[in-house]
Amino acid sequence: MQRLVIIFWLGLKEIISLRHDWVMMALLVWSFTLAPVMEATGVANSVNNASIAFADEDNSPLSRALATAFFPPEFQPVVQIAPGTGPDLMDQGKFLFVVAVPPGFEKDLRAGRGPEIQVLIDATAMEQAGIGASYISSILGTEISRFAAGADLTENTGVGLILQSAFNPNRDTVRFAGIVALIGQIMWLTTILTGAAMIREREHGTIEHLLAMPIAPFDIAVAKIWSNAAVVLMAAALSLTFVMQGALGIEIAGSKTLFLFGTALFLFTATAMGVFLATIARSMAQFALLVMLVVLPMLMLSGGETPVEGQPPWLQAGTLFLPSRHYMAASQAVVFKGAGFDVIWPELLWMGVLGALLLSASLVLFRRSVD
Amino acid sequence: MTRVPEGSVIQIRNVVHRYGKQLALEDLSLELPAGKLIGFIGPDGVGKSTLLGLITGAKKLQSGTLEVMGGAIDDVAHRQRICPAIAFMPQGLGRNLYAELSVRENLEFFSRLFGQGAQDRDARIKALLTATGLLPFADRLMGRLSGGMKQKLGLCCALIHDPKLLVLDEPTTGVDPLARRQFWALIAEIRRQSPALTVLVSTAYMEEAQSFDWIVAMDEGHILFEGPPRRLQGGAQDIELAYRQLQAQGAAEVVPVKTPAPDNDGPPVIVARGLTRRFGDFTAVDNVDFSINRGEIFGFLGSNGCGKSTTMKMLTGLLPVSSGDAHLFGKTIDARNRKLRHQIGYMSQAFSLYSELTVWQNLQLHARVFAIRDVEQRIVELSDAFGLNAYRDTLAAALPLGIKQRLSLAVAVIHRPQVLILDEPTSGVDPQARDAFWALLIDLSRKDGVTIFVSTHFMREAERCDRVSFMHAGRVLAEGTPDDLMASRSATTLEEAFIDILQEAEPPQQVVAPQKTARIEVSEHPSGFTRMLAYARRETVEILRDRVRLAFAFMGSVILMLVFCFGITLDIDALDFAVLDLSQSPESRAYISEIEGSRYFNATAPLSSASEGRKRLIAGDVSLVVELPPDFGRKLRAGEDTEVLATVDGAIPFKGETVEGYVAGLHQTFLDTQARESGVSFSQIAQIEPRFRYNQSFESITAMAPAMPAILLIMLPAVLMAVSVARERELGSVTNFYVTPTTRLEFLVGKQLPYIVIAFVNFLILTWMTIVVFGVPLKGNPVPLAVGALLYVWATTSYGLVIATMTSSQVAATFATAIASVVPTIQFSGLLQPVSTLEGGAQTIGSLWPASYFLHLNVGSFAKGLGWEALSSDILALACFGPVLTGIAVLSLRAQEK
Repeated sequence: MQRLVIIFWLGLKEIISLRHDWVMMALLVWSFTLAPVMEATGVANSVNNASIAFADEDNSPLSRALATAFFPPEFQPVVQIAPGTGPDLMDQGKFLFVVAVPPGFEKDLRAGRGPEIQVLIDATAMEQAGIGASYISSILGTEISRFAAGADLTENTGVGLILQSAFNPNRDTVRFAGIVALIGQIMWLTTILTGAAMIREREHGTIEHLLAMPIAPFDIAVAKIWSNAAVVLMAAALSLTFVMQGALGIEIAGSKTLFLFGTALFLFTATAMGVFLATIARSMAQFALLVMLVVLPMLMLSGGETPVEGQPPWLQAGTLFLPSRHYMAASQAVVFKGAGFDVIWPELLWMGVLGALLLSASLVLFRRSVD
Repeated sequence: MTRVPEGSVIQIRNVVHRYGKQLALEDLSLELPAGKLIGFIGPDGVGKSTLLGLITGAKKLQSGTLEVMGGAIDDVAHRQRICPAIAFMPQGLGRNLYAELSVRENLEFFSRLFGQGAQDRDARIKALLTATGLLPFADRLMGRLSGGMKQKLGLCCALIHDPKLLVLDEPTTGVDPLARRQFWALIAEIRRQSPALTVLVSTAYMEEAQSFDWIVAMDEGHILFEGPPRRLQGGAQDIELAYRQLQAQGAAEVVPVKTPAPDNDGPPVIVARGLTRRFGDFTAVDNVDFSINRGEIFGFLGSNGCGKSTTMKMLTGLLPVSSGDAHLFGKTIDARNRKLRHQIGYMSQAFSLYSELTVWQNLQLHARVFAIRDVEQRIVELSDAFGLNAYRDTLAAALPLGIKQRLSLAVAVIHRPQVLILDEPTSGVDPQARDAFWALLIDLSRKDGVTIFVSTHFMREAERCDRVSFMHAGRVLAEGTPDDLMASRSATTLEEAFIDILQEAEPPQQVVAPQKTARIEVSEHPSGFTRMLAYARRETVEILRDRVRLAFAFMGSVILMLVFCFGITLDIDALDFAVLDLSQSPESRAYISEIEGSRYFNATAPLSSASEGRKRLIAGDVSLVVELPPDFGRKLRAGEDTEVLATVDGAIPFKGETVEGYVAGLHQTFLDTQARESGVSFSQIAQIEPRFRYNQSFESITAMAPAMPAILLIMLPAVLMAVSVARERELGSVTNFYVTPTTRLEFLVGKQLPYIVIAFVNFLILTWMTIVVFGVPLKGNPVPLAVGALLYVWATTSYGLVIATMTSSQVAATFATAIASVVPTIQFSGLLQPVSTLEGGAQTIGSLWPASYFLHLNVGSFAKGLGWEALSSDILALACFGPVLTGIAVLSLRAQEK
């Protein structure tokens, strides 16, 4: 009982101290307000404002009509270029897509000779190339079909395809990027806050002072964990309500409480990381370098930046042991798809078990480092 | 004003210096004579260091005039001229030295800064090391030296260039009396050989003032007294008392030195027998014995690092003992026994208070931890007794040193412990506050019967203890009452007794002044290039010896390259999908097998209802649900129009759109196959033929692997560079740049050179990984690529320099540089979004960002096979960034401390 009281008061001390540490406070505010907004609105994941050029050797009404079929925000206005210059311009990075319309295209079409349009794609732009190519195919196809219908050259397809984008009918990227950014910030901040609190205690020599009192290393670590986790959880909840829902207008399909519950579970892991890194780093500067080397990969491999399905199978098996991956999956299910506890409990279980393991390992390590 | 002897070397008029709102020097005027040993005395925080910093030019003059050697110190040209004649050893043992460098390497570095030739250098170093007795330790790392040796090395480094003005800021703090005595003897020898040398020294040990030629006594930013020591002392018993009388403007209250010894009945409270503590090979505490009675004040005397703190930590249970044992109240001290800790109050060397909490909050926290019943009452009681009432809501950080120390004591006794263990509780506190503190201690011991175990390096405090133990190099050399100890050595003071005992334990080396080296051709004019190389050389040695930074420098990019390339892949295939086949016809099965047969999708159990499909999408079991209507087969056969509904999991936009593209493609293939098989003459009206350039198989690794070096080669080199500069500032070695003739350009570029090399090696490693590990062939010409990479890392390390000049701590430098290098690179360089697709402002930023050009260069060389001609514009652009960024860093670096 007395230990609980000690842990409570030590944690409270952490929160009071944090309030006076304006660098950390500024980092906290920035991380949960401006940073995720910038990230959410800054990078459009799919095709956006893509540069496209036409090398039109036909110069017929049809080919001109094709060139006017590309609109913002997906595409920039089409630039007409001289035939044959496409590859060079693409080498210089001027255009992502170059459409080459051969001479006599419209004539061949009318004659039913099935002419061919070539689309050059800069395949080094991975995110835009694939999706952009199918956009262009579909836009050109629609235009040609419309022209063909007008010219009475109907082609009977018979089977239509209705494509539905579930959970995100407007293919909006802000919601996705916003939530992923928030999750990233939660992870960075928790690790940094907890680790910095541990190191500050050691660098100021106050840790020895605490240990000379009836306080065990375990109590110190637990006090830091609960207090920093509480601060981050509170900040995350506020950010979710006022920044995500408020400023960015993000719609949360599922239960906010469930999302925050998942976050709370994840915080065990993140704080454990902080304690762990602070234990092996000898100074604050080393800690800062270590955080970058550890947290960045954990975040990159969590499935937030790129889909987990894209990782090679051996890596997918490995990332199963990253709590960040389960947190990302559970959060996406709740926020985007409205999943309930019945759906995400396996992810929560993974997180709980991994978090508990990491936490006990880092506590043992911390205790050993103190002795 | 006292009349100053002929030829004053320093004139100070109306100098005021502030740190924020705090006034450090208050309208100070002073003239100092040349060729003398001039001492600045006074406790910590009275402005001694500030004044010395201003005189050496390490600190920037804020207001007033300050002339050193016949010119204003704030005149840049004059400062540059006299710099080589000044030597400065800042406060804090070895603070301007480099812990990762050996003794000889430290000296060599300083020698190179002054442009000495190799022969000259060796001769000087040998002479200095011989004189100070450091020669046997020439190859030991500075970080491993004892306090006294660090101090000697600091002096050697200061003397290497034959200065005319030697400025030593608290050179003897924390050093044992014997080493201190030797130090002064050495200074005296040096002055005998170079009579023109002026030495300015500050000290907190008033008793040292006796040997100075001239004393400046300071208090709270102004001067109390200047003149020869004899006159300061006047009729007073000693200099310290004289100082305090001046400070108090009259008679200072003196705490009785001796108090009646306590009655000595009952068993001893603290007993140590053969107490030993080893750290690896090093024995910090060696077979120590003592026994302390109830109510006794037991003093532990010794220099820094002699094992006092380690012994105390073992007594509090903070450190386990290696051998021997320690008892408290007859029980063995055990780190796990937390009950025992209720009986101990401990005050560690640094004030262990929470500076961000108020006085009241600090007291409250400790009261709660010890589960004191009447918290409020106890706090009020202590505040009254310790005079803390006026500071109740002040943050501990804002307290004067003396009050801080009283608060520390209040915190240590809040739970009414029977034993107090105090580790150098009074270091840095002014004499007045020290006496008040001792009054409290004596009170606790005599009235409440508290046993006090206290360590100190002030002899005056040791004299107040009931018994004293002398410790040196882990061993107790002598123990007894102060009177007995003095009597046994027939000494008049405790200090003399201590020195005598030390000399017996460790015969001192002879003190000789360094032989004046015959002037071997001093290089005409030390060139800036030599100094730059000196910095580059030192930085290289340092980073090679710092394992964490070294690992970060080389492993960092390798680890992140692996993670990024394996982790960020946009090739999505083998996705699970489910079908709701309401048609169950050969046609519908053909449609399904078209999807199943592709490499993009794997079939899972078929669905029985639309709602089940929705559920499985939510659960994330499938990424695609295909629904075929009941009349699909019939209508298709009859040539009527029908529709397929494909629902894609769009939660992750990129994945959703990619899947949509796959489905649309497969749908088209199905139609083509159907048409061909049914024999209907089918010809498409037109074909759209996509051609993926540079990367025919469209694998993301081909694009990703060459793109990653652009981000890694800005992030890691910039962070390392920024940390290296911020580190010098944090550790204090930046003072060497302030007070030596080094220019800003030499300092920055010198430090930058090793990092350019490291970053370029990283480039080679990453290129090797791209080719060998990720199997992406280098299609283009490697020469322009390498040239571009070299220019790029020059730019990125310069960027680190720019950020370092704007941040003050290593942590801030790390995170600020990481954010400021990664965010623009991801957003604007074309890593995810090609520069050509960026809009307005973003495109402008992208075109002003070096990573954009290197990204194009590296991807162009690897994937596009570009050569000199196509890459020359990138190389030209990259060539501009390095000089411009270095220029900005030079301009924004402060050449003096504020």
